[in-house]
Amino acid sequence: MDFLDLFSHGFIQRALVAGCFIAVLCSVLGTFLVLRRLSLIGDGLAHVTFGGVAVGLLFGAYPFYMAIPIVMASALGILKLIDKARLYGDAAIGIVSSLGIAGGILIASAAGGFNIDLFSYLFGNILAISRVEVWTSVLLCFCLIVVIALYYHELLAITFDEESAKASGIKTTRINRILVLLTALTVVLAMKVVGIMLVSALLIIPPVTALQFARGFKTTIIISCLTGIVAVMAGVTISFVLDLPAGASIVIVSFGIFLVSFLGARLRIKGISRR
Amino acid sequence: MQITDVITTDRLGFRFNSIDIVSDVTFTLKRGEFLGIVGPNGSGKTTLIRLLLGLLKPTDGSVTLFGQSAALFNEWQKIGYLPQKMATFNPHFPATVREVVGMGLLARKTFPRRTSRGDRESIDAALALMDINSIKDKLIGELSGGQQQRTLIAKALVAGPELLILDEPTTALDPEGRERFFATLKNINTGKAVTIIMITHDIGTIGQHASRLLYLDKNLIFYGGFDDFCLSKDMTNYFGEHSQHLICHRHEAGGPGFKGPGIGQ
Repeated sequence: MDFLDLFSHGFIQRALVAGCFIAVLCSVLGTFLVLRRLSLIGDGLAHVTFGGVAVGLLFGAYPFYMAIPIVMASALGILKLIDKARLYGDAAIGIVSSLGIAGGILIASAAGGFNIDLFSYLFGNILAISRVEVWTSVLLCFCLIVVIALYYHELLAITFDEESAKASGIKTTRINRILVLLTALTVVLAMKVVGIMLVSALLIIPPVTALQFARGFKTTIIISCLTGIVAVMAGVTISFVLDLPAGASIVIVSFGIFLVSFLGARLRIKGISRR
Repeated sequence: MQITDVITTDRLGFRFNSIDIVSDVTFTLKRGEFLGIVGPNGSGKTTLIRLLLGLLKPTDGSVTLFGQSAALFNEWQKIGYLPQKMATFNPHFPATVREVVGMGLLARKTFPRRTSRGDRESIDAALALMDINSIKDKLIGELSGGQQQRTLIAKALVAGPELLILDEPTTALDPEGRERFFATLKNINTGKAVTIIMITHDIGTIGQHASRLLYLDKNLIFYGGFDDFCLSKDMTNYFGEHSQHLICHRHEAGGPGFKGPGIGQ
């Protein structure tokens, strides 16, 4: 089979289109989350997604739609815990995350144990992505780009220094809500690409790769998106050619890109300091 | 009618977990005055600033900003704020000096806050004022502590505020940088009548530059002009002769000689 024939398959095309749009979503949101030291919110919400999927499977509803409201409510719950219970972000994420997992396990147990469906959500299956999921990811990506364009300055200011942003009259609570709700939607979409266990990798690795050598905030977002897209395209291709799990392949490729950029950045710094 | 009272607080207080952090602070600051806020660690100085900025809601009393209740105030472009640097910002943030300074313009723009030619000119002017034009494309994390501080001061000044609130702004500056910093402050304070509030631990230097002094130790210990402070026997008893002399000596040496109302104003 010619290598290019690979891209003639409908399921590969769908996987690449949805994967690239979801990579853009994760990379953009991940940049804000990483810089605000909220990287693990993706991990926490992914664990809640597990609970949402279990609820969906229990009631025979489509897990994707059942997970969305549960994960969005949990995202707002994390903000409330940080604000009202005066918890650090990591502690609030830890509470909601473990609650999501515990709820999922209890529900799965009540429904007669884990089944193949639940495992497919845990580890992702981008090659089985549906047309509806492709269109949802495209639509959400455009919505995100519009929201980021409209609130770019506010998001940048809050990410840099929330207190100063608040002192200049920015409604920080509203912007924080928008950020976590978009993250919640993205996490639910991304579970199909890399699976619940690996969602946070898509949110964290592309931004930290960009941070190794980006010069400026907009450049960081652009490089982060490019890293995410390359990782998804290479990961899907490698997984198909070598018959490996797609989600894990995407994450390993992402890490490879990060490693190269990290070593490149260190060599550059050494070169500068020797001059 | 021009409002000359920039800030008025009336029996302002803040309690957390039933403990008084700040209590019974009453003072009025007029346009063009330079107020130095001093006090020991944990005396409530930063909490007082956060109350003035509306970042905390008072549990007692009230704050009036430019003649408006702080709860209803929305002309935030009139206020430039420089928080304690190390506590608030990530030194590895991937923003250039220009991007950081530009963030200071947010308050004066309306949604969706697009960057205009006027904004770019304001940024250039702030970069020039703080003498950081040559490093405008560098990342904030690549700068020295002093350069970072000058960048953050440019951010606080870029929107042309009428009130500048600075929380320990000189901690990262070397003596030369500190001198240049105070010269810039004097220029905007006297030249543009910008009101300045500055928290500092440098009790000696503040006597040289500020026109009024507020000493806080949870309660308001002193508020007034330096002449009143220096002549006050109560303050001699409170601070001891040496500390009072240190402040007053610096004040006489180069201070603005503001003659303001006395204790408890």
